Amino acid sequence: MTFPILTTTLLAPILAALIIVFLPKENDKLCKSVAAVGTGIALALSLYVYFGYDQSVGGLQWVDFGQPVPWIKDLGVTWYMAVDGLSLPMLLLTNLIGFTAVFASWNVTHRAKELMILLLVLIAGVMGTFIAQDLFIFLLFYEIVVIPIYIMVVIWGSSKRVTKEYAGMKLTIYLLMGSAFLLAGVIALFVNSVNITGIADMSFEGLAQVAFPEQLQIYLFALLLIGFGSLLSMWPFHSWSPDGYAGAPTAVSMIHAGILKKIGGYGLIRLAIVVLPLGARFWAPYMAVLGVIGVAYAAMGALAQKDLKYVVGYSSVSHMGYVLLGLASLGIIGINGAVAAMFAHGVMAALFFSMIGFIYERTHTRWIPDMGGLAHYTPKLAVGFMMAGMASLGLPGLITFIPEFTIFVETFKVFGLLAVIGIAGIIITALYVLRAAANTLFGPARPEFSHIKDLKGPEMVPLIVLGTVLVVGGILPSLLFDMIDSGVAPLLAHINDVLQIGGR
Amino acid sequence: MVEFALNHAWLVPLLPALAFVIIVFLTQRWKRLSSLVSITAMLGSFVIASIIAYGVFTNHEFIEKSLVYSLKWFGMEGFNINVGVMLDPTSSMMLFMVSLVASLIQIYSTGYMKGDPQYSLFFAYLSLFGASMLGLIISSNLLQLFVMWELVGLCSYLLIGFYTFKVSAREAAKKAFMTTRIGDFGMLLGILFLQIKFGTLDLVELAAAIPMFEQFGVSLGLLTLIALLFFMGPVAKSGQFPLHVWLPDAMEGPTPVSALIHAATMVVAGVYLIGRTLFLYVQVPGAMEVVAAIGAFTALFAAAIAITQREIKRILAYSTVSQLGYMMLALGVGSLSASMFHLWTHAFFKALMFLAAGSVLHALHNKADVWDMGGLIKKMPITGWTFVVGGLAIAGIPPFAGFWSKDEILVVTMEYAKHGHALGYVLFGMAAFTAFLTAFYMWRMIFLTFFGKEKAENHPHESPWSMTAPLIVLAVMASIGGLIGTPWANIWGEWINFGEVHHAEPALGLMLLSVILALAGIGLAYTLYCKDGEKKTARKLAENYQSLYQLSYNKFYIDEVYAWFTQKIVDGTARVTYYFDIYFVDGIVNGIAAVTRGSGKGLRYLQTGSMQTYALVFFLAILVITVVLAFGSPSLASIMGGVK
Repeated sequence: MTFPILTTTLLAPILAALIIVFLPKENDKLCKSVAAVGTGIALALSLYVYFGYDQSVGGLQWVDFGQPVPWIKDLGVTWYMAVDGLSLPMLLLTNLIGFTAVFASWNVTHRAKELMILLLVLIAGVMGTFIAQDLFIFLLFYEIVVIPIYIMVVIWGSSKRVTKEYAGMKLTIYLLMGSAFLLAGVIALFVNSVNITGIADMSFEGLAQVAFPEQLQIYLFALLLIGFGSLLSMWPFHSWSPDGYAGAPTAVSMIHAGILKKIGGYGLIRLAIVVLPLGARFWAPYMAVLGVIGVAYAAMGALAQKDLKYVVGYSSVSHMGYVLLGLASLGIIGINGAVAAMFAHGVMAALFFSMIGFIYERTHTRWIPDMGGLAHYTPKLAVGFMMAGMASLGLPGLITFIPEFTIFVETFKVFGLLAVIGIAGIIITALYVLRAAANTLFGPARPEFSHIKDLKGPEMVPLIVLGTVLVVGGILPSLLFDMIDSGVAPLLAHINDVLQIGGR
Repeated sequence: MVEFALNHAWLVPLLPALAFVIIVFLTQRWKRLSSLVSITAMLGSFVIASIIAYGVFTNHEFIEKSLVYSLKWFGMEGFNINVGVMLDPTSSMMLFMVSLVASLIQIYSTGYMKGDPQYSLFFAYLSLFGASMLGLIISSNLLQLFVMWELVGLCSYLLIGFYTFKVSAREAAKKAFMTTRIGDFGMLLGILFLQIKFGTLDLVELAAAIPMFEQFGVSLGLLTLIALLFFMGPVAKSGQFPLHVWLPDAMEGPTPVSALIHAATMVVAGVYLIGRTLFLYVQVPGAMEVVAAIGAFTALFAAAIAITQREIKRILAYSTVSQLGYMMLALGVGSLSASMFHLWTHAFFKALMFLAAGSVLHALHNKADVWDMGGLIKKMPITGWTFVVGGLAIAGIPPFAGFWSKDEILVVTMEYAKHGHALGYVLFGMAAFTAFLTAFYMWRMIFLTFFGKEKAENHPHESPWSMTAPLIVLAVMASIGGLIGTPWANIWGEWINFGEVHHAEPALGLMLLSVILALAGIGLAYTLYCKDGEKKTARKLAENYQSLYQLSYNKFYIDEVYAWFTQKIVDGTARVTYYFDIYFVDGIVNGIAAVTRGSGKGLRYLQTGSMQTYALVFFLAILVITVVLAFGSPSLASIMGGVK
């Protein structure tokens, strides 16, 4: 029996949350420190797992307890925690953002204890979805995630265009609606797999081996696409995203835009595309169209925004369009690119939201026309903001460029002119990012902001950690790509086999 | 040692990159130390670049076969990218020129930027720029080159907007980034096409594959399209019409930046890139004609704007645009030699003039209008006379550098015309007329600035040695830098060429023509702006031809058209999209919610009413959806029941 390192990683934030329960709520610094330690341990463990993974062997590794542990026998549910090249970047991303989100909330004093507990539960929940190799456990963790988010938005949120209650409600209902579709699809999937094979097996591996009939695959894929798609803020199921992020507190925006969305993309690959390749082939062109619409539409939407958080909110919808486009290519280059883009966008969005959070704490506004010249008083904050902005517009040398380029290589080949429209999105992206940066940070210094202080102490952590990842990932893309390729290549080989046998 | 330098050419960009890191993380607090780090690194690069240039230019092998070494950057099945170094005479020449000019300008900046609160940061940016630019030059892969291409763009953005408190600087920086991004979009498509069709972005492999393009299933039409898309990048970066609009505004940056980035080095990257990928362009004559035509038109167009501008740096900026047009023209007619030669001489005389202009601005406390200057040469002899050298060089007076390179461009354009390209005669006419205009507007500026009556309100003084010494070095290069490419001993053409070595006979007739044009331009400027102390004729001309004058002075209103397009069309579409989103898309969402909530309320009244509204909404939503999905369609019903 091997040491269950993944389960340990999962339990680190949970344990921290349990400890915090017994701490006095007046001592919010202590609560935050415990949260930082818990997420720090999880981050360290996931780094260890990431760099200890043997890419030349590939496949699922670090299997907890050496093998799946049976849990609900009748349903074939097992406690099956393991990672491959697809899960690992997402696990690492979760912990990078989780760790920094604690520091991004360092200045919160209002009910800080509860915030930390919910945050830790949220992080653990997200982590669970990425390391569970069992569909049932995957869904279980996914549902765990929804609850803390609603509470966090309603208690610690802030918004201008809509009330935070509306934002929280919209976010939650959307997530639940998505999961309703998902649930319907998953139940049908499971029932059919039992009918076909006669064995109850909930593991992704097992489900992928089942030869579902093509017609069924097409229907099921549609359900999963709507379910995961609304999580990925696929157009037209995106409208929760800008309102939700704007209403949410910084840590939730970071985690939501940074990782939660990625569960949608991850699920699309892990479950929808791998288990239902024939369905994927049928829906791929539609996915590509929705992806491109999302890119262009949300970029235009972002251009019209005056609230910083809305800019980034729409921007993240736009970026997820690229992910969807990459997935729709159903080719190794495109899917590699899409996964890498999810990681890259996660880091970038988290940094962006943390910087906006710090700005909001200082100026008590996110309204772009009310700002300007902040760089004079907060140069470090400006550096973080600019790095995130530059990453957002896909500046080469930062982590986001190569994934986008990789997506373009495949999708341009597969979709031609359609992809060109998506690629043109980089122009609009540059426009709204540069405008936001210029009108927030540069220009004459404003005396009303002369009292505000630059980042210091724990506030520097998001900038240092996420900024380092942005730069290192940009200079050494193979750190990310080799890992992803080792995970995606076998999956793609399987899909191509199925498509050749089951194809017309 | 030569061997070592050749095999470690990556040190050239690496040293300034290290300087950037050191300044940002360690020495930022100590201004002098920061500039010292930056200059030392750049001088180190210059030394290595010189040794490399020596090694390359003493070995004829490198003309035929470039020295290439690379390593894997990242890759996957069907898509592999190597990064590496590619050394040949062209890139070695560029390395030498860029590191030399960058070193001089950094030294100059110690004087010019003295007292600036962001002094260290300025040097950090300059180092980052140096690293990216030198990295761009040695790139052996188009993607690697594109990365560097964007990074020089970033540095340009940061440095244009360096005076962050100025709104104009902020807007100019944004404009520069946006305009070049439009070009980069096209360039990116071109690169993607190359990757998809030829399966590689390696310059050597592409050079081998592209001549056989039909074997890769690429038609001539598609290859032309690829070449034209790719050309959009250089059009934007090198300020060619119609994407030239950012370059004059880029003068909002500190003057050393204008000299380094927006005159001598970065803006010629586009020219260099086309030169680097000439193997693509020679296959598609249609694209070559476009390059040549855009080049010639830009040259003339920018010169026509420059004749009426009033700000010293703006005149120089339009002159840069115009000279870049010359370089593009030379490439378009198929001469790498002539283009690179002009790039080389232009770097020296234009950097010289910008730095001299900076010296003037320094002395006059940033008073920029040439009409407010006059007679400065008496108080600022070094600045003034070096500027005059630059003026002679750009006007094309022998034996100054610009004469030889401009003459070469006229010669190759004429030959292009004689080889059956009727368009060539038109291009030649435009180029020749531009030569006249260039001499005129440049000397108009020189006469207005340095000669004539002194203005009482100005109290000019010569700049410190740190600023004048680089001027002198550059003036020397601007005087003699062209002698390596005279038609009688064209050492340049032997080394830097594409395809067959080209031996043009000295065309005395053309030389005579270009000298006459230059002298005519200078003479006209002298009559209008120097001899006539009151400048009556000049003013009268402007009044008589008011509409033409306004057209030129307002830069043919191109900026206004773009501003209108962005503000009305793009932002308008954005607003429409946004309203569509919040009223239509969200309207549906809210509508569904309202219906659900309404029925929830109704049910609550029927029941106990104790449940939270939203809990019911959740429940009902899930229930309704599942039921509809399960029983709404027969096939779905069969799914829910399993396949029988």
